[in-house]
Amino acid sequence: MTLWLMAGLLFTPLAWAVLTLLTDFSRGRLVSWVGILVQALVSLGLWLAVNRDGGFYYGLGGWDAPLGIELRVDGLAVTFVLLTAVVAGACGLHAGVYIDPDKPWHRYFWPLFWFLWSGLNAVWLGGDLFNLYVGLELISLSAVGLVALGGQAGALRASLRYLLAALLGSLAYLLGVALMYGQFGTLSIAGVATWLSDHPVPAGSGMALALMIAGLALKTALFPLHRWLPPAHGIAKSPVSALLSALVVKASFYIAARLWLELGQPLGSLAAAQLIGLLGSAAVVWGSWLACRQQRLKQVVAYSSVAQIGYLFLLFPLTFSVSETVSLQAQQGMTLQVISHALAKAAMFLAAGNLILSVGSNRIDALGGVSRFLPFSLFSFGLAGVSLMSLPPTGGFAAKWLLLQASLGSGQWWWVLVLLAGGLLSAAYVFRIYRASFLESSGTDQFFHPSRSLEVIPMILAILALGMGLVSDQVLSVMALPFAGEGAP
Amino acid sequence: MTSSLLYALAGTLLCGIGLFGMLWLSHLLRKLLAFNIMGSGVFLVLVGLPQNQGGPDPVPQALVLTGIVVAIAATALAVVLIRRYYHLSGLTTLDEEPAFREGGPE
Repeated sequence: MTLWLMAGLLFTPLAWAVLTLLTDFSRGRLVSWVGILVQALVSLGLWLAVNRDGGFYYGLGGWDAPLGIELRVDGLAVTFVLLTAVVAGACGLHAGVYIDPDKPWHRYFWPLFWFLWSGLNAVWLGGDLFNLYVGLELISLSAVGLVALGGQAGALRASLRYLLAALLGSLAYLLGVALMYGQFGTLSIAGVATWLSDHPVPAGSGMALALMIAGLALKTALFPLHRWLPPAHGIAKSPVSALLSALVVKASFYIAARLWLELGQPLGSLAAAQLIGLLGSAAVVWGSWLACRQQRLKQVVAYSSVAQIGYLFLLFPLTFSVSETVSLQAQQGMTLQVISHALAKAAMFLAAGNLILSVGSNRIDALGGVSRFLPFSLFSFGLAGVSLMSLPPTGGFAAKWLLLQASLGSGQWWWVLVLLAGGLLSAAYVFRIYRASFLESSGTDQFFHPSRSLEVIPMILAILALGMGLVSDQVLSVMALPFAGEGAP
Repeated sequence: MTSSLLYALAGTLLCGIGLFGMLWLSHLLRKLLAFNIMGSGVFLVLVGLPQNQGGPDPVPQALVLTGIVVAIAATALAVVLIRRYYHLSGLTTLDEEPAFREGGPE
């Protein structure tokens, strides 16, 4: 059973990438519908299996740790696998209708989409440092290709900038891996952690961790390394922007978080943890402020991603040298923030794509009157905004509530100010768009009506983001499941 | 100084040169070459630093092969994008704001 689930999870995206490479866009869409269905079922199956039996280590093809690729299938990983299936599936269905099948280069959308998905699954499940690197590169290269799919010089410019930033980040990460292997002689994260618990920490080995986290922070667009993100996410096709903001930046953050949670205590320092938290807070404030000042709709959403990513990095100070309870609260807050931001941001980008399609311009002041013509999409946008503003009962609220409790519990009250400021500023930029779309002065009466299915998908995602706060206990209980198997290295 | 340390230091030096090039040079092809130099530096550290009882360790050599494949794929993608960007805009750098209005409806 497990064999089939794992094979389905890892093999289908690669197989579908090759299959869709052979077809044109419209036939690729039909093939991809089947693939999305398979992925959704397999992800759900694996989630249920882990929910029932607990996590396990899985050696790919029967080869175990030092020689083969070992996958770490635990509650956190399957939660993200399922999240990927939901969000990427929704984006894929949306893209099938949204993207113009007549332009010949759009046929490359499906292969890139499937390669991206396989990279994401590889990262969620990866247990050793080098395979995580390969997964990261697979994600970056296909994401850059997807941004370049716009075809115009502006899109290429943004994608080149993105590519250079991503490559620099990967090399910094790989240099860290090289130093780590040179020092500890193993690539498995769990192996390094075991080594460190038996031996005294060698001098200077924090350097490797610092390099890796710096590279990953560049790929996650942590302030002040965020400059590549808004152009790339702003100019890509809307379903692509949704994929990038919701899932791609989370992959590099996920690796950084895994590294920190396993190795941060022995290798990190209080100053480093506080510094990362400080950069995250700066991202929250600065990203939200810039989001309020953008003239183009998708740039607002893109800068809001910079801000929301900032919250994630509060994990670092809130799990360093604190009590077990506080650390657990911070981890749960981080997980919920990843999930609810992924759902809300995907909904927001897809809804923004519909609004842009309807008014034929990406400027905010062109949105006047759209509230009468596209109330459904505007409502999805608003619902997603409610989750970003972190009002109850959304997932965003539950996430920030946990982070708030963790800050107070560890006596680091200064992060509470960041949480409050971020919430207020995000309300400001969401209401700014609402205000523009209710103004009737612009005089345009030419609105294009996107098809019903384009409007339904962001609504479903927004409702999921909204409901996440109500089911957060169930989601978090899967995450906390212990390992069942004895195969731990 | 042992030979492994020498390799690692040479690799670090290459990384430094590549990093400088990636950040400082503005021509896109030069940036790409700098990326490749930096990549070679990382591979040199990866192969040179770990020693297995005095002899070279086979695991990193296998890793570097994979790493080279990834680097070639990235380079190929970058060359395609740079070429297409040059055809469309006539620019070889990302520095100045291009004359066209970014975006459009999408």
